[in-house]
Amino acid sequence: MARTERKRDVVIVGLGWTGAITGIELAKEGLDILALERGPDRATVPDFKYPQVIDELRFGERYGFMQRPKASTLTIRRTTDETALPYRRLGSFLPGDGVGGAGIHWNGQTWRPQTQEYRLRSYVEETFGADIIPEGMTIQDWGVTAEELEPYYDRFEYMAGISGQAGHVNGEIIEGGNPFEPSRSRDYPLPPLKQQKDSMLFAETAQAMGYHPFPRPAANASAPHVNEYGMQLGPCNYCGFCARYGCLNYSKAAPQTCVLDALKRYENFEYRVNSEVLRVDLAPDGQSATGVTYWDAETQEEVTQPADLVILAAYSIHNVHLMLLSGIGEPYDPATGQGTTGKNYSYQMNGGTTMFFKDRNFNPFASAGSSGMSINDFGIEQIDYAAEGFIGGSYMTCGHSNGQPIRGIALPEGTKGWGAEWKQGVGEWYGRSTGLGSHGSNMSYADCYLDLDPTYTDPHGRPLLRLTFDWKDNDIRMTQFMRRKIEEIVQAMEPDTWQSSYKGDGARYDVRPYQTTHNVGGAIMGTDPNTSSLNRYLQCWGQHNVFVMGASAFPQNIQYNPTGAVGALAYWAVEAIVNDYLPDPRPLV
Amino acid sequence: MSRDYLSTTRRGFLGATAALPALVATGAPGRAAVADDVPLEQYEPEFLTPAEWAFVMAATARIIPSEGDGPGALEARVPVFIDRQLAGDFGAAADLYMEGPFVPDAPEELGPQSPLTPAEIYRGAIAALDARLKAGGRPSFVERDAKAQDAFLTDLSEGRVRLEPELREFWDLLLQNTREGYFADPMYGGNAGMAAWKHIGFPGARGSYTEWVGRAEDYPLGPVSISGERG
Ligand SMILES: Cc1cc2nc3c(=O)[nH]c(=O)nc-3n(C[C@H](O)[C@H](O)[C@H](O)COP(=O)(O)OP(=O)(O)OC[C@H]3O[C@@H](n4cnc5c(N)ncnc54)[C@H](O)[C@@H]3O)c2cc1C
Ligand code: SF4
Repeated sequence: MARTERKRDVVIVGLGWTGAITGIELAKEGLDILALERGPDRATVPDFKYPQVIDELRFGERYGFMQRPKASTLTIRRTTDETALPYRRLGSFLPGDGVGGAGIHWNGQTWRPQTQEYRLRSYVEETFGADIIPEGMTIQDWGVTAEELEPYYDRFEYMAGISGQAGHVNGEIIEGGNPFEPSRSRDYPLPPLKQQKDSMLFAETAQAMGYHPFPRPAANASAPHVNEYGMQLGPCNYCGFCARYGCLNYSKAAPQTCVLDALKRYENFEYRVNSEVLRVDLAPDGQSATGVTYWDAETQEEVTQPADLVILAAYSIHNVHLMLLSGIGEPYDPATGQGTTGKNYSYQMNGGTTMFFKDRNFNPFASAGSSGMSINDFGIEQIDYAAEGFIGGSYMTCGHSNGQPIRGIALPEGTKGWGAEWKQGVGEWYGRSTGLGSHGSNMSYADCYLDLDPTYTDPHGRPLLRLTFDWKDNDIRMTQFMRRKIEEIVQAMEPDTWQSSYKGDGARYDVRPYQTTHNVGGAIMGTDPNTSSLNRYLQCWGQHNVFVMGASAFPQNIQYNPTGAVGALAYWAVEAIVNDYLPDPRPLV
Repeated sequence: MSRDYLSTTRRGFLGATAALPALVATGAPGRAAVADDVPLEQYEPEFLTPAEWAFVMAATARIIPSEGDGPGALEARVPVFIDRQLAGDFGAAADLYMEGPFVPDAPEELGPQSPLTPAEIYRGAIAALDARLKAGGRPSFVERDAKAQDAFLTDLSEGRVRLEPELREFWDLLLQNTREGYFADPMYGGNAGMAAWKHIGFPGARGSYTEWVGRAEDYPLGPVSISGERG
């Protein structure tokens, strides 16, 4: 069975952060828009309402808001010699599903990359010489600069109501903020969140050591805020159920709280749920898209949806999957380095030290997703790569983002994981430990990439996406460097005991423990169609009416959580679409 | 592992759930009220057979023992939680990708690759462990004293008691589910009286702590649950 729907001006694939932003910006132009979302509808009431949503078992452990592997997953291997096997149960990363996407269950840690991160290859070559780039490392420049993107970060931050303290405004360094951030045009819209005792202890210690602590920028509103769409955020309750949950309090920036109610008022905008896009349909000459084909779960039929403009906003890995299934760009081949679709997948290199304080109580349940104090003194621009022997950097944070008990009670090294000792330990140490963690960059490599799996298929019979990824020496050296820096600070904080967890020599990628949902690359932006999938406006080089949003555009991962950059790029791209593309549809570069 | 084994458990499992369709929903209030009233010994499991129930009772009682501060797994009614989870979507792997080919002995870092659902892994592993003890003419797990049970669980957790690759996740599942049953909201059958939350000082589903951020003293109020009980 199949049906064909009437043609639309625009079809948007996925209704998470980027789908919502592009949706409302294009809706304002009066275009006839249809957004297709594979998952169910979701709204603060009833889906995130108190108290049902603060259920650690259902949402924290059983992933109630995430993609169900049964419906959609990928296969994973570490090297090209290994057979990739299905990611049968979620672990390492948790893609979203349903209206709002992963934008409902993120923590809200919202960053701007450092100036040199957009031109990492050029920066390394100019500053340290091309020789220090290890064989097989395939880092690239983004083709866009911090200065060009500044207004779009500003817009995203004011739309999302970010709480923080600026450290660098119009070229001036501001005490109490991050002095290493690129210059911004104004402060954050909201003041920083309140801080917990452990964060304050860290900040005092770091300050005394000559570092520059600042409150971590947060999409958890510290005060009431009304954004450009008239959407209202209320102040965060510090409920302690942020990441993996929808916000019960209209406080965390999400498509629901910041965009969707305003977007739904446009009569020229429509969205359909339970509608999974199966492929982008290309014109016979392959030079443009004619629309998409999706699966209507309600009527159980394939639907042809013609459209003049196709926006892929399906989350990084799913964008790449759709491009591979649709023949958009040439699939990347690690043997020859040819092709770009699937190239430069990268991830995030994190590590941390847990500290135990017998006589303190940090009340970890009283926290927000992005509470915590950070330093950026070991950022990508602060490190002498030639001297240290790696390329990359990291920010560090101390603080709790929740105190949920099933997943979260750290015990001192050597404590048994069960039995009388465990029971005594959880009673003794809950609330008396805290972490100082590094959140670091991850470079891209010739043999870390995405393609189609030869064996496993999804419920529609389509090949699953195959991810090939492993940790590399460069990034392990980076995290070990951070370990040394963190342990110095930890010792100065004088815990009773502490223990570290960082990837060491020979570490292999393990898909079981949660790491981050910061999967980037695969549809990368750049200035050369031979080495990138998208131009600097996120437009496909080969099909000018296809734009691809999201972190799939990053040529390597930044040291930060991605969504600040993802949001800014969406505003940047959609402005180019409105001002430049719509009046004259063509390749913009 | 023989194919026979797989088909028997699959049949057994389907039989067990098909017979009890009404009980699968977790947190159905009527059911919870009844189940929460009966002493553990009189609880009628939804999924576990009597022998499996006895094993889960004995094993969780060692994973979180009663002695010392705070409730043990039995006082927290962890076995009820586990039984209900196995009877529901979790046990049936309802959300997981369960298409073959399966490579159960793949490197563990590639994640679970067993063709069996969590419920089938419990069923298969408990049977395999009991069979092994019986074959050696030794007392079964539940017949042992606490010290011998601890020793056996230590061996299991450290991989000295080996299970076939299809079942090798058993210990991880048992440990994870025991902790879940201890700390999850009481509506799922465990954490009775929110005693595990009280033990650590977690206030449960209060959901609002603006005035408490940055304070160092102990939080003064006891926990509340999602269905509004106060502990
Ligand atoms: C637990 C967690 C914590 C996080 N914390 C942070 C944080 O603190 N800071 C930060 O910067 N980032 C964080 N992230 C990452 C952040 O959520 C993502 O960067 C962001 O949501 C990406 O936006 P997006 O629009 O690209 O994708 P999404 O918001 O994921 O939206 C994509 C949508 O497309 C839909 N879709 C996919 N395929 C199809 C298809 N074929 N057809 C139709 N629809 C489809 C999906 O169902 C989804 O709704 C976190 C993520 C998780 C899971
Ligand atoms: S911590 Fe704050 S922003 Fe996060 S879910 Fe709770 S109330 Fe919302």
